[in-house]
Amino acid sequence: MQFMLLFSRQGKLRLQKWYVPLSDKEKKKITRELVQTVLARKPKMCSFLEWRDLKIVYKRYASLYFCCAIEDQDNELITLEIIHRYVELLDKYFGSVCELDIIFNFEKAYFILDEFLLGGEAQETSKKNVLKAIEQADLLQEVSNTGLHPESFVNPSCV
Amino acid sequence: MPAPIRLRELIRTIRTARTQAEEREMIQKECAAIRSSFREEDNTYRCRNVAKLLYMHMLGYPAHFGQLECLKLIASQKFTDKRIGYLGAMLLLDERQDVHLLMTNCIKNDLNHSTQYVQGLALCTLGCMGSSEMCRDLAGEVEKLLKTSNSYLRKKAALCAVHVIRKVPELMEMFLPATKNLLSEKNHGVLHTSVVLLTEMCERSPDMLAHFRKLVPQLVRILKNLIMSGYSPEHDVSGISDPFLQVRILRLLRILGKSDDDSSEAMNDILAQVATNTETSKNVGNAILYETVLTIMDIKSESGLRVLAINILGRFLLNNDKNIRYVALTSLLKTVQTDHNAVQRHRSTIVDCLKDLDVSIKRRAMELSFALVNGNNIRGMMKELLYFLDSCDPEFKADCASGVFLAAEKYAPSKRWHIDTIMRVLTTAGSYVRDDSVPNLIQLITNSVEMHAYTVQRLYKALLDDISQQPLVQVASWCIGEYGDLLVSGQCEEEEPIQVTEDEVLDVLEGLLVSNLSTPVTRGYALTAIMKLSTRFSSVNRIKKVVSIYGSSIDVELQQRAVEYNALFKKYDHMRPALLERMPIMEKTATNGPTEIVQTNGETEPSAVEPKHPPPVTQPANQANDLLDLLGGNDVVPVIQTTMPTKPASAGGELLDLLGDLSLSGIPPMTAYNKNGLKIDFTFERANPNPNIAVITIHASNSTEAEMTDFVFQAAVPKTFQLQLLSPSSNVVPALNQGTVTQVIRVLNPQKVSLSMLTYTHKGSPVQDLAEVNNFPPQSWQ
Repeated sequence: MQFMLLFSRQGKLRLQKWYVPLSDKEKKKITRELVQTVLARKPKMCSFLEWRDLKIVYKRYASLYFCCAIEDQDNELITLEIIHRYVELLDKYFGSVCELDIIFNFEKAYFILDEFLLGGEAQETSKKNVLKAIEQADLLQEVSNTGLHPESFVNPSCV
Repeated sequence: MPAPIRLRELIRTIRTARTQAEEREMIQKECAAIRSSFREEDNTYRCRNVAKLLYMHMLGYPAHFGQLECLKLIASQKFTDKRIGYLGAMLLLDERQDVHLLMTNCIKNDLNHSTQYVQGLALCTLGCMGSSEMCRDLAGEVEKLLKTSNSYLRKKAALCAVHVIRKVPELMEMFLPATKNLLSEKNHGVLHTSVVLLTEMCERSPDMLAHFRKLVPQLVRILKNLIMSGYSPEHDVSGISDPFLQVRILRLLRILGKSDDDSSEAMNDILAQVATNTETSKNVGNAILYETVLTIMDIKSESGLRVLAINILGRFLLNNDKNIRYVALTSLLKTVQTDHNAVQRHRSTIVDCLKDLDVSIKRRAMELSFALVNGNNIRGMMKELLYFLDSCDPEFKADCASGVFLAAEKYAPSKRWHIDTIMRVLTTAGSYVRDDSVPNLIQLITNSVEMHAYTVQRLYKALLDDISQQPLVQVASWCIGEYGDLLVSGQCEEEEPIQVTEDEVLDVLEGLLVSNLSTPVTRGYALTAIMKLSTRFSSVNRIKKVVSIYGSSIDVELQQRAVEYNALFKKYDHMRPALLERMPIMEKTATNGPTEIVQTNGETEPSAVEPKHPPPVTQPANQANDLLDLLGGNDVVPVIQTTMPTKPASAGGELLDLLGDLSLSGIPPMTAYNKNGLKIDFTFERANPNPNIAVITIHASNSTEAEMTDFVFQAAVPKTFQLQLLSPSSNVVPALNQGTVTQVIRVLNPQKVSLSMLTYTHKGSPVQDLAEVNNFPPQSWQ
């Protein structure tokens, strides 16, 4: 995978993960063009499109578009499953996730993504293990912040 | 200094902004606060400030002043700081900036941290955005972690190693020992990432590929376990156990089995098993099937397996899910060359996909349809494809039109069908055809002699309907110019001839000249067509009037043509019939390559090959000899100097040698000229590949004691056939038969008579002579 973008129906970017080195300007340009292209697609169309020399796989969940750019030899159908798995992880973590959760807790969305994918490939195929790792990391965060024992903490919010 | 506001507070505030300007104001205010906070080197709130900065960066605002702060966060001991710091580094830093190198030491330390989550952060960051320098420095640490027993770290190290190898391929060797027992892991995360690592190594190095082939049995075993094992809640997706791992293993098997019989055989059974046992009701099962099909097609699988694969694709084509249909079409496109017959069986389904609503599916279906066209199905397929051309989006029309032309050329069952098909394309998608279609079509029409009347009639009728599509108009004007006489005489055999008068035809052509829809190129075609009709129609006065009007046209091209045509009417009227005669069959440039026949009889028609170039122009007369004007003096000949003579220039002057050469071509040589010591012999050869062209090599020898310098040989031929003169071997004919000058002439259908003019300087004085050569051997023009 070369990059993943999450954006709203109005074209507002909610998350951007780049696995290839590009300048800020190039990233902005690609984002703008791709968002435009995907938003112009009609609902009946298939989830894949060719864009530049990449394959784009996208899927809409409620008000958010999840959009991945994969290479020629990658499997489009399994990429759809990757997107779905990420949504499931977010859902489990936030408890029935909605766009607002991702807006207000974007850093957590990134942390979860970084426990699921690394360098554009899946590092863990078990949902349980990803969530466990996030949970432990969150706990570690609280401990390092407050110095208190993890169990005495209810709502992690250090920022 | 009050504590900086919290991240969520900031987000809430910014979202209340009603205008872009309001938002910008808020952002600027907060940025200022953050900047001063950074200046104060505040450790407590650095994390919070950077997080806010990252939010603002996502909204599109500049955040580069936070880069160094990210580094400070990474260096901090607090896990919170590191988490945000590394996130910030991944979002704000990139390898173009030298700043990122400062991270290297921190990452190195964190890779050896006592807490695995810190190590994980470091591995993740390195694996996502590590530059080549960083990778070089830290590859050793990654390799160490690849051998750890901690599966949490091992899986991350594997993917990090993939990134390192992509950045610095030379380092691949160093990871080889660590891969030894990667596949014996039970942990699926490690297995998955290991397979990715092995795939990367095999793709990059044939040696690695050969080395890892021995893993095929192990991979097969793992895959088998995944399929056969019972329900495993941890990895289950809709009843399938760890589809991600299955797909990855299938992909690695594909690479290992390609071009290797033994490996392919070893995986044969498992592939068949996966292909038949996988549940296809959900996308996840189809994802696995898709990967399986790709693998089967790429390795050396037995034919039964291949047929199974194609049939799976055929079933995909009927699936309700358009995503599945899409991948099926993509895969079929890849296999249509190798398994053509198997794919043909699904032709009707593929053709149905032309009517799909989705643009990507339509494009795939179109490409595949063209690949499946053959002599047997051409009529049916063309009907569907032409229907598609009518109704498809503009973005497809150019490609579809080209495809139709190509297919029609290859498999046309009859000339009439071919021309009808072309007409249909021109009338429905005329503005989208490629530029080279016009000359190709003209050439095709010229060669279908018996269809001329039919073609010109149909084109004329099409013009009456619509003059907006330029390629159609250009072809039509050209045809009317050529075959206008057939049009007015109502000679059509193929369909009911229409009644049209000369004036009506000229009305149409003049209409093209004045219409705003016509491009300058089209106008050129129209004017030339009108001119040509002056020898085919009787209303010459009307044509003369039109031509003289355009003599003062603003368009330089039109003006030039009109002026010359005017000249034809006035001074060169005796040449007009010959010049504007019906065109002979044209050579297809593909067969002739650079040595195409250039008409040197002064035709001002755009040549069929390059309609874009201005056509060769006759010079206004300023020389006494009319015949030489046809050659344009020395102007035409040098143009063709770049071609090579087909007969190698002979250095010696032995007539016997020449005769020896000739026995190969079977046409006897002849002496064309023999006067004042200058002897010119013609030797003949048939051109390859076109036997209608005679290649004549002239050999000039000089038997006097003084050499002949500035020797120039020119040939003029009757207007009924075409000639091309290549460059001579030299301009000096050595004395006393010590050598010959050779020059090659290519003639289409040489006849009995030709005229030659020779000029040379002998003993200081110029000599000029004109000779008529009429003793061509019969074989040369049969």
